Amino acid sequence: MSKKNEKLNEKVVEIQPADTQSADTRKVVLMQGNEAVAMGALAAGLNFYAGYPITPSTEIAEILSSELPKRGGKFIQMEDEIASICAIIGASLAGAKAMTATSGPGFSLMQEGIGYAKITETPCVVVDVQRGGPSTGLPTKPSQSDIMQSKWGSHGDAPAIVLYPHTVKECYELAIRAINLAEKYRTCVTLLLDEVLGHMREAVKLPDISNVRIINRLKPTVPPEWYKHYDENQKYLSPVASYGEGYRFHVTGLAHDALGFPTNKASEVATMMKRLKCKITHNIRDLVQIESYMMEDATIAIFAAGICARSAKAAIKSAREYGIKVGLLRPITIWPFPDDAVRKMLRDVDTVIVPELNEGQMIHELQRLTKDKGDGKLIPIQRTDGEMITPSHIFQVIKEVH
Amino acid sequence: MANIPQRVIHKYLRHNKKFPHVWCAGCSNGIVLGDIIRAIAELNYNRDGITMVSGIGCSSRMPVYVDFNTLHTLHGRAIPFATGVKFQKPEQKVIVITGDGDATAIGGNHFIHACRRNIDITMILINNNIYGMTGGQYSPTTPTGDRATTCPYGNIDPTFDICDLAMGAGATFVARTTAFHAIEAQGLIKQALEHKGFSLVEVVSACPVIYGRLNRKGGAPEMMMQMRDNSVPVQAVAKMSPEQLEGKIVRGILRNVDKREYCDAYENLCTQFKSKEEASK
Repeated sequence: MSKKNEKLNEKVVEIQPADTQSADTRKVVLMQGNEAVAMGALAAGLNFYAGYPITPSTEIAEILSSELPKRGGKFIQMEDEIASICAIIGASLAGAKAMTATSGPGFSLMQEGIGYAKITETPCVVVDVQRGGPSTGLPTKPSQSDIMQSKWGSHGDAPAIVLYPHTVKECYELAIRAINLAEKYRTCVTLLLDEVLGHMREAVKLPDISNVRIINRLKPTVPPEWYKHYDENQKYLSPVASYGEGYRFHVTGLAHDALGFPTNKASEVATMMKRLKCKITHNIRDLVQIESYMMEDATIAIFAAGICARSAKAAIKSAREYGIKVGLLRPITIWPFPDDAVRKMLRDVDTVIVPELNEGQMIHELQRLTKDKGDGKLIPIQRTDGEMITPSHIFQVIKEVH
Repeated sequence: MANIPQRVIHKYLRHNKKFPHVWCAGCSNGIVLGDIIRAIAELNYNRDGITMVSGIGCSSRMPVYVDFNTLHTLHGRAIPFATGVKFQKPEQKVIVITGDGDATAIGGNHFIHACRRNIDITMILINNNIYGMTGGQYSPTTPTGDRATTCPYGNIDPTFDICDLAMGAGATFVARTTAFHAIEAQGLIKQALEHKGFSLVEVVSACPVIYGRLNRKGGAPEMMMQMRDNSVPVQAVAKMSPEQLEGKIVRGILRNVDKREYCDAYENLCTQFKSKEEASK
């Protein structure tokens, strides 16, 4: 097998350039990233939202407070972010497709609840429209400083599923995917947005909903007395009942056995921990998506997510005009991390430029996958002053390393 | 030879797992669990239609033992979880089991907002004046001057009156009793469950093993007698002087009013869209 055609464990997603869609008749709409998240979630069947206002995510709550009552869904503004995450977990246990949206400070407050959703395997979605930190930081400025928080924010070991769009259209698509994955994998899925993406308006053609696959959680087919809330015979993805359907199961944040009852027994705790891990690690190909942009002949690669990937694409176009062979590898799923694709990229190119709006959260992962921590091979571009990394900045770095 | 109360209890307890329970000898939690079950049995509720939600603490271990839909959540957060269940499925009878620390310290914010919304949740708060599960630290209801492991020289904190707090925040059914008054508690819980809106029953209880020992209150029987002797029915309060009322636990229904319930209000809000939809058909 040639190096270039090596089979990856992760899925490479084809991103269609906008002009190839000129033949279709779908209406072009001007839409904000936050609005696209709200509309995407509704398209995926969202019927419960609990939230607390916080810049720059508030539009998601505002739109859903208007839309959900019209569609028979539930909207409630809670007293804080802790209450919001708890309410969506409660609603999900009662059968809802539930979501909340927040930003850095609220995301920090939600971490205990996110851990609860993971250990109890309760489907829900948290949207984090990131802003500058630490603390109150920069409420209206972009930042990518929650990349590690979205993976490690809650105490204890439970793998995360985190999606990271880079266009308004992708906000819509990944909101659908986030709800689908939460339902399928019975966990809390995080959708990370950049502040500028949340507030940016773009002309988009939304996908035809009738062609979009909507996933609903598997329901048990066994009689109540046979039901196990965490059935160990179901390859880690077992059917799940809701409250009020006759199954009368127990849910606890304590370590639990297959029935959901608390346990301290080492073998039962080990089974639970293995289940939490393996339902993610056994399904990398389904979970992890990447975009490969002009990478076929690249000798320089840029590895960037979210809004930094937008700047990178613009910089690549400029560099290609000068004949510089540069491409972009963009993680669409950032957790689980696309290890295989990154390893391949690190083998195929001479230099990898890593622009990110933080002090090196993503580059750590690349260092983990390189010899000598990527010394000389990995070129960081980091910015935490609340401003974007511009295409010209990335272009300058490309020229320097060329 | 089975007597009637035992049969009632057994119908509502999970017999497949998890006994014996975690509570110490002499703890009031079991008495309150019996009160709740007998109230539910008298009301003849379907077990599938009940969701029992708790936070963290001794009393919050209750849901695992009962054969309802049960949810043991995070410290202080039983109410927002319960709000999620109730708002999504208003037909469920949602009961929150909580303690003084869980509800009024870490969960204080959620408590007052549930009262304000008047969402149809019945909250049974077992007030033992201490953090029992962590070994006896002072709570917002540990009496001033009493001892706990984190106030070895006596508690300097003033205390919350939980029922006053609930009434101030807008709860529409508020009652208090003690673990000694089991029949009264059963009746109050029954009325709270039948009340439409947010209802609170505070059950003052005995923790002889920790609070009682630290404060030389005697064993479980002595603490039971203290609850009997230190409490007065609300009907008697009018005839008593402030001096006579000093340190007394006032028992009975302190408030019972009808106000618009939260889920009903939301349903009402949604009907305008339903009627528009029907008109357009």
